[in-house]
Amino acid sequence: MITCREFVEFVWAYLADELPREQKFEFDAHLAVCPHCVVYLDTYKKTASLGREAFFDPEAPIPVDVPDELVEAILAAKERDEE
Amino acid sequence: MMHDSEPATFDAGEAPGAPDAELAARIRAGDRGAYEEVVKRYATRMIAVARRFLREREDARDVVQEAFVSAFKNFHTYHGESRISTWLHRIVVNAALMKIRSRSRRPEEPIEPLLPKFGEGGSPAEAALPWEEGAHDAFEREERREIVRRCIDRLPDSYRTVLLLRDIEELDTCEAAELLGITENAVKIRLHRARQALRTLLDPHLRRITP
Repeated sequence: MITCREFVEFVWAYLADELPREQKFEFDAHLAVCPHCVVYLDTYKKTASLGREAFFDPEAPIPVDVPDELVEAILAAKERDEE
Repeated sequence: MMHDSEPATFDAGEAPGAPDAELAARIRAGDRGAYEEVVKRYATRMIAVARRFLREREDARDVVQEAFVSAFKNFHTYHGESRISTWLHRIVVNAALMKIRSRSRRPEEPIEPLLPKFGEGGSPAEAALPWEEGAHDAFEREERREIVRRCIDRLPDSYRTVLLLRDIEELDTCEAAELLGITENAVKIRLHRARQALRTLLDPHLRRITP
């Protein structure tokens, strides 16, 4: 039976389905009896999805205007680079 | 440091206006109006991309400016195999990573203190507690997003960049490895450590108070 340390160490491979079949069974068996690792797995998965949600807000208005001075700065930098 | 949330729909497809193929043709012909159109169309989005990687707003602006100049200079390498926005995105991410590398003069904070602890026999030092289920309104959602962004900012750079590339920018392992100049295995291990560390940082904010 694997330990919680081993479970947590390789939980990424378990989620990515990169564990050999026998090891996957061991991980499934551990989850069946270990409430700590069940919670850890759930919060680990949430961590990954929260990361993406942190930068993408479906309720934010779509910005349409770019500050003119930024446009000019970029175009001016381009001209200087070409000289 | 304040980050901006980018609207999810802003990530979809070509922006309105002239199609990419037409814009590309005009750029190759040296049409200054086309350069201006590309900048106006994509600069805001690219600044949001750069801001995910760079802690200072001015750094993000500088990187985007450099990226656009580089993109126009090397426009001969764009062959229409992807959208202009996708191609620019890659250039901006690369430029942001170079900026981070150029700033890394101090030794990085170790990530080990943020990793889970275990006792003898591999048992956890502290039992994991479930997290609250979702935020209930727009204010709570934005509050939660801000907490997550601040926690991501606390990660050491070499782990934070992998997390950003894989979990936020959604590059695959191979692409991330190539951009960072490390092996795919190193990407997988650093991503795992970054997620573990981020989980540790988020836990006090998100754990369920009542059983």
